[in-house]
Amino acid sequence: MREVAVIGVGCTRFGEKWSESFRSLFVEAGTLALEDAKVAGEQIDAMYVGNMSAGRFVEQEHVGALIADYAGLASTHIPSTRVEAACASGGLSFRQAVIAVASGMEDIVVAAGVEKMTDVASGASVDALAGAADREWEGFVGATFPGLYAMIANDYMHRYPLTREQLAQVAVKNHYNGARNPIAQFQQEITVDTVLHSSLVADPLRLFDCSPITDGAAAVVLAPMERAREFTDTPVRVLASAQASDTITLHDRRDISTLDATVAAGQRAFAMAGLSHRDIDLVEVHDCFTIAEICAIEDLGFCRKGEAGRLTAEGFTTLNGGLPVNTSGGLKACGHPVGATGIKQVCEVVLQLRGEAGKRQVNGAKIGMTHNVGGTGATVAVHILGV
Amino acid sequence: MSSVARFWRKIPQRYNLVGTRCGTCGRYFFPPRSLCPECRRAGRIVEHQFRGDGTVVTYTVVRSASEQFEHSTPYVLAIIRLDEGPRFTAQLVCSPEEARIGMRVRPVFRRISTDGESGAIHYGTKYVPVE
Repeated sequence: MREVAVIGVGCTRFGEKWSESFRSLFVEAGTLALEDAKVAGEQIDAMYVGNMSAGRFVEQEHVGALIADYAGLASTHIPSTRVEAACASGGLSFRQAVIAVASGMEDIVVAAGVEKMTDVASGASVDALAGAADREWEGFVGATFPGLYAMIANDYMHRYPLTREQLAQVAVKNHYNGARNPIAQFQQEITVDTVLHSSLVADPLRLFDCSPITDGAAAVVLAPMERAREFTDTPVRVLASAQASDTITLHDRRDISTLDATVAAGQRAFAMAGLSHRDIDLVEVHDCFTIAEICAIEDLGFCRKGEAGRLTAEGFTTLNGGLPVNTSGGLKACGHPVGATGIKQVCEVVLQLRGEAGKRQVNGAKIGMTHNVGGTGATVAVHILGV
Repeated sequence: MSSVARFWRKIPQRYNLVGTRCGTCGRYFFPPRSLCPECRRAGRIVEHQFRGDGTVVTYTVVRSASEQFEHSTPYVLAIIRLDEGPRFTAQLVCSPEEARIGMRVRPVFRRISTDGESGAIHYGTKYVPVE
């Protein structure tokens, strides 16, 4: 297996982008990544594209070829493959690209993610997202995504000491970071009161506990480590790539408040990298809802079950804390264009490790982790990157 | 909007809680499975009629829903543990204030949703608190 490096990253600004289309978003992110990597289009050997539901959001399937075409690569006839795992589509797209390079099959590979969500009304997007859970046995009876995570929150708060204020602090911290990220959808700081006075979506989760509906795209360029310096002076190594799955429904999980797929993928990633938790300088976790960040910190093993709320309230996960979590602003403030999120997480960690994260820079960051979840935890991708 | 067949074929399960059981290891499945995750090919799946009584494992009050359920908000959504063991997701027919974890519940036959003004009406099982 060859060592793999990220040699370039690019990300559109995230938000409600009425003037941008599915394909223009992707082209923008891809162009930024290629410019960053100083790679020409004809040098690309293969592409992977994470996308959850272009079929539901813009009535377009077959997006692998579409994207290669509009990236100007139709005449090179490179393999271009769509990867789908709901909100983990981006993380899996990155992993497929890593595998392609590590195997020796391909050299220069683009891993991208894109989602154009605002071309349908909000009820229709809620329904499309519900397809990430079990349509027959969850969606059919009226389970929404916030509803499923709210049931995790209620189970968690019934069993562990987590206060409503601690939960709100997750969103406050992520908005603070988002206010320092030029691509974030929301660049305003908020207070605990903002969260507690926002409308209820699914009890106990309120509007400011939820990640938004977002348009956006992100792309990264990978190369074998031995060739990385042909393109860049600042290659970032992929130290581990792990993926795990679990039951599609929340009700079938061993434990409602533990994402066993996060536990499994996290353990595999640490084993592959030969690292321990103390080695991680920052982590981008999948905070589709505030409760999800609490569970992620615990299930990745950074603390024991029931402790993440207190640690968040104490500032452990802030930019200057013991473990900065979601320096990008996370899904909550940076935005959550579902297929692009896993790639954006990689972009953020790469910027941090290159020391290019501006006002949200974690001093001396050498090793970072990404954690991307599909559905309520049926798919999880965890990656560790280092310089 | 989906074809009628898609809902028609699930009528025994959704109306009457017909699930399955593995004759080899004895585990119960609702929603039904046709392959036992424990025994896999060594399993022997047979039909099982669930009694339906259960306990609320966790719940929420859905206040913002997809188009199909918008008219029903707010509604209580729960994970129910059937007395035979399996858990599944269902709506509770009770006020948001009434719902609590650990509450005993029993099944009732109810309308679940409608495919627009002129589409099919989908029925299934909801749950009510046991006094």
